[in-house]
Amino acid sequence: MRTTVRVYWRLLRAGFQRQSAYRLAALGGLVANTTFGLLKVAVLFATVRAAGGSLAGYDVGRMGTYVWISQAMLGSVNLHGRTDIAERIKDGRVAVDFLRPLDVQAAEITTEVGRSLFALIPRGLPMIAIGAVVGMAAPESAAAYPLGVLSVLLGIVISSATAYLVGVAGFWLVETRGLQVCYMVVSGFLAGLFVPIQLFPRWLLLVAHASPFPSMMMYPIEILSGRVGLAGALALLGAQLAWLAGVGGLGQALTRAGRRHLEVQGG
Amino acid sequence: MADGIALRARLRPYAVVLASRARSQTSYRANFALDLVSSLLSGLVELAEVWVLFHAVTRLGGLDFGQILLVFGMADLAFSLANMLFGHCDRLPTYLRAGTLDIFYLRPQPLLLQLVTSDISLRRLSRAAVGLVALVAGLAAGDITWNVGTVALLVISLVSGIATFAAMFVWAGGLQFFLVEGEEMTNAFVYGGRYAATQPASVWSRPLKVVFGYFFPMAFTGFLPAVVLLDLPAPAWLPAWLGWCGPLAALWAWAMALLCWRWGVRHYRGGGG
Repeated sequence: MRTTVRVYWRLLRAGFQRQSAYRLAALGGLVANTTFGLLKVAVLFATVRAAGGSLAGYDVGRMGTYVWISQAMLGSVNLHGRTDIAERIKDGRVAVDFLRPLDVQAAEITTEVGRSLFALIPRGLPMIAIGAVVGMAAPESAAAYPLGVLSVLLGIVISSATAYLVGVAGFWLVETRGLQVCYMVVSGFLAGLFVPIQLFPRWLLLVAHASPFPSMMMYPIEILSGRVGLAGALALLGAQLAWLAGVGGLGQALTRAGRRHLEVQGG
Repeated sequence: MADGIALRARLRPYAVVLASRARSQTSYRANFALDLVSSLLSGLVELAEVWVLFHAVTRLGGLDFGQILLVFGMADLAFSLANMLFGHCDRLPTYLRAGTLDIFYLRPQPLLLQLVTSDISLRRLSRAAVGLVALVAGLAAGDITWNVGTVALLVISLVSGIATFAAMFVWAGGLQFFLVEGEEMTNAFVYGGRYAATQPASVWSRPLKVVFGYFFPMAFTGFLPAVVLLDLPAPAWLPAWLGWCGPLAALWAWAMALLCWRWGVRHYRGGGG
């Protein structure tokens, strides 16, 4: 048991360190996230003001929290669907992964989460700092902070586990680019990347809630902006755990089925 | 006459490459269909992002949904077409890392022209269709007095919009020689520019007006011509007569793009090997 924990801890650290090598990329991400953040502030604040100061539970302060926390999470939550596992399935290297005494799915997700956690430092923290200057609302209860942080972590893991599903579809499809592009287009929209999903018309809100995407980004924001109270926060965390169990279980099943199905091309 | 033939002979290699790229994309039918669908989907989702806001409030930045459709349609159609023709300049960092850019140096043709004509993304036609439909809907919904002037403004703005977005891709490409792995830095203004161009510029703060109104002339691709076409009140810092200045904006964007490209190419020392 202890060795297993140690191996995954090392994988997490390896992912973290790997990401830390790309300094200029981190700076680029920072510029991009800030620019998009300021554009979102302009249009969303105007929307709240046009609605008379409050819209679906968002006033200007909470909308500020929404904008800057969503920008802070953007570098860590996988809303593009690209994964290493997709590449390794395509070129057959995954056969070596199966020889290792590690669970392929758990190892892949752990490494990805390690990279995402690093990204929170150069991309996440500056966004929170900008938000604090430009203006964002704090939740009413101090308990929202630990719950919110837990929710952010769950969101990151859920996004890695869901993007993993796109990757392992490659056991059957070989070329998963089309699926990945569809994931990229749909996930950002339904996760509430450009517009909080509570602004959606009812039918679209139901579609969003029927997908794992809001649990990647929207739920943590609802907790940290204080749009939901403590009871609501616990309910959202419960929903996140359920989604994690769902996509995680599906990923495990697909990995096993894919292993039986795997044909490595070439010799 | 002889000049015409010489020109044709010089353009022929480019045409051959483009035709072969187009053929190779359409030869895998199922894959091409899927590409068209995903490209259509991305256009639709971008439109939905705008629609959702106007579903929540009826007017935003002094525009109603019909009016923003015109802004979105002009800007997005111009962006999609520029993206189809110039979007692969984004792949320059990959060429730089792999050292494959050096192949272009072996041919007796200008580098930028080779890069631009090295590919054409036909799948983006379906995205352009979304912009076109939005544009037509916006024109139909708007209260426009049709005369030679309005038609001319529409055509001028579309052409200069395409040129402006194309310049953005070239500008970003030129800076990749320095950035390589920091490509997201230019994405902020190329794709952030697209996002900005489809918004009512009247909601922007003053710094945003400087960056996306003038420095990267995004407001000239949709919002400003729409202000003239629909006779809307112009916001502060962006007077209505600027609606006619799309070609100037395109010239400015290309001047900046070519300068950055030249600067980048001079900086480049080859991929090694």
